[in-house]
Formats: sequence, C-alpha cells, structure tokens
Amino acid sequence: MDRNQIVQPENIVCKKPTLMNDNNMHYCPGCSHGVVHKLIAEVIEEMGMEDKAVGVSPVGCAVFAYNYIDIDWQEAAHGRAPALATGIKRCWPDRLVFTYQGDGDLACIGTCETIHALNRGENIVIIFVNNAIYGMTGGQMAPTTLIGQKTSTCPYGRDPEIHGYPLKMADIAAQLEGTCYVTRQSVESVASINKAKKALRKAFEASMAGKGSSLVEFVSTCNSGWKLSPAKANEWMKENMFPFYPKGDLKDTI
Amino acid sequence: MAKLKGAIEVNTERCKGCSLCIIACPHQVIALANKVNLRGYPYVEAVNEEACVGCASCGIVCPDGCITVYRKKVEE
Repeated sequence: MDRNQIVQPENIVCKKPTLMNDNNMHYCPGCSHGVVHKLIAEVIEEMGMEDKAVGVSPVGCAVFAYNYIDIDWQEAAHGRAPALATGIKRCWPDRLVFTYQGDGDLACIGTCETIHALNRGENIVIIFVNNAIYGMTGGQMAPTTLIGQKTSTCPYGRDPEIHGYPLKMADIAAQLEGTCYVTRQSVESVASINKAKKALRKAFEASMAGKGSSLVEFVSTCNSGWKLSPAKANEWMKENMFPFYPKGDLKDTI
Repeated sequence: MAKLKGAIEVNTERCKGCSLCIIACPHQVIALANKVNLRGYPYVEAVNEEACVGCASCGIVCPDGCITVYRKKVEE
C-alpha cells in the first residue's frame, strides 16, 4: 500500500497535543518532564479547559514550563507555587489551578507551603516531579535522594548519618485531612503513561468539583544528573526508585 | 482479513535523539539516523516502516512530541 494513503489527517492516532506549542523544549534528551507536559496538555484539552486552566511554574528545570503549554501561567518564587495557586484559586474558583514542581522546589524550600496548602484543602492540584536530584543546578543531593545514591554533593553516596533520610512527600500528604487524592505515578512506559494520564484527569476533576487538594507525584528520571543514558535511567529508576517510592494511590476519598 | 498498516512522521528538528521510541517500538521500525539536525542533536527515522502497525507506542513515550503516528485498516 502506498505510504501516501496512510499518511492522511483522518488516520492520525497520535500527535503532539494541540496545546503544546512549537517552541523547542530546553529539557535534556529523554527527560521525563516532556512526557508530563504532554499529559497535562492532553488532559486539559480533553476536559475542554483550555481557556480556564492556570498553571503555576516553579523554580528548577521546569521554570520555563510557561513557554511550552499554551494556557495561562504564573511564575512563583522558589517553592511558593502552592501559596500562589491558593491565591489564584480563591480569586477565581471556576479556574483549573495547578502547580508544577520538582523535588527541590516542593520537598525542600517549599515544604512549608506545600504541606499547608494541602492541609488547608485548597482546591488545587500539585504536580510533583520527583527525580531524586537537583537537575538544573548540576546534580546536587535533594531531600528525596535515595540512601546510597551518588550525586555531586554526596559523591560517596547519601549517608543517613550525615545527610538524613529521603523525604516521602506523598506519604506525608496522604496523612493530611485536606487532601482528597494522593497518588504516585511514573511515565517510563506506555502502560504507566496511560495510567498516569487517568490519575491526572481524576485529580483535575476533583479540584474542579471542590473536593480538596490533590497531589500527583511522578517518579521520574534525570539522566543528565544520574549520568546515565535515557534508557538506562529508566532501568535504574525501576530498580532503585520504585522500591522506595512505590507507585499507586496513597489516598483516594473522591 | 483486515490488517493494520501504520506510518510515522518524525519532526527531525524537534527530535533530540533520546532513543526512548526505539526501545518502545515492538516492531523495530525506528533507528537513529547517522545525521544531526540544526540544533546538533542526532535524530531518529523510520528505517523499517513496512513493519509499522501504528500502535503509537513511540509517539506516547516521546518526551518532545516529535512523532505523529498514522494507522489505517487495510483489507487484504
């Protein structure tokens, strides 16, 4: 069969989401951020919330998220995205408000804002991309770095005697009264991406229904920071990250 | 019997050659081209498009949304 007969607009089964614009993304090759961006764009499009979605971008690798998805965005000071999202949602209750944060932003400098926004039960969604390292600044140890994991600031591996233990933010969030949905997902395979998309949609819908705050954690890779190829980083994540950060719903009261 | 035939189009200027699509493809349709784009990244191309069934695995895992997947049912 002629290729031209297959390559027709009516035969498209997968393409770049319409909400994602043509700006080239600055992320490293194979970075999980790209897939999460795609999921957000697709879910907002499917919900028909293009004109009513407001994202809050963090400080970290995803600082330029506003350049890639064509919805309204605000840029927050380091770690303060949940506080900013609280303000936006309270002023505009009909908007779909979400924050997009990495582990350095959410679990380190923004721990206070995150926990309190979740505990107040603000009707926002916090998207947490956890790659266990500070990617943008050069691969330093993060609060979520695994025990024994080597980074540029713990070159002999994280030692709990010196550096303390990794922080499980989703587990903390699940204990809070204000949260309605806390889940941990990943985006390394087709099956997990489809599952993550469903979880994201559930969280967005819960926030629009006024059921409380949601935290969607994506266990992710940072192949540059981990000094691995994108494919090997996915393998390393499956072997080392999933046992410590198990996937699944931690809380679901929707 | 109806058969599924697929085709892919890669946005080679957007592609960064991370190769995640090569691993995701169940029919070994995609491979790295021995070329680089304007931004200096190696990019992927369809080398065995005859085998493509349009499952869209490559498009779903692509972090940059570079791959458009087409699928058509063909009567034999």
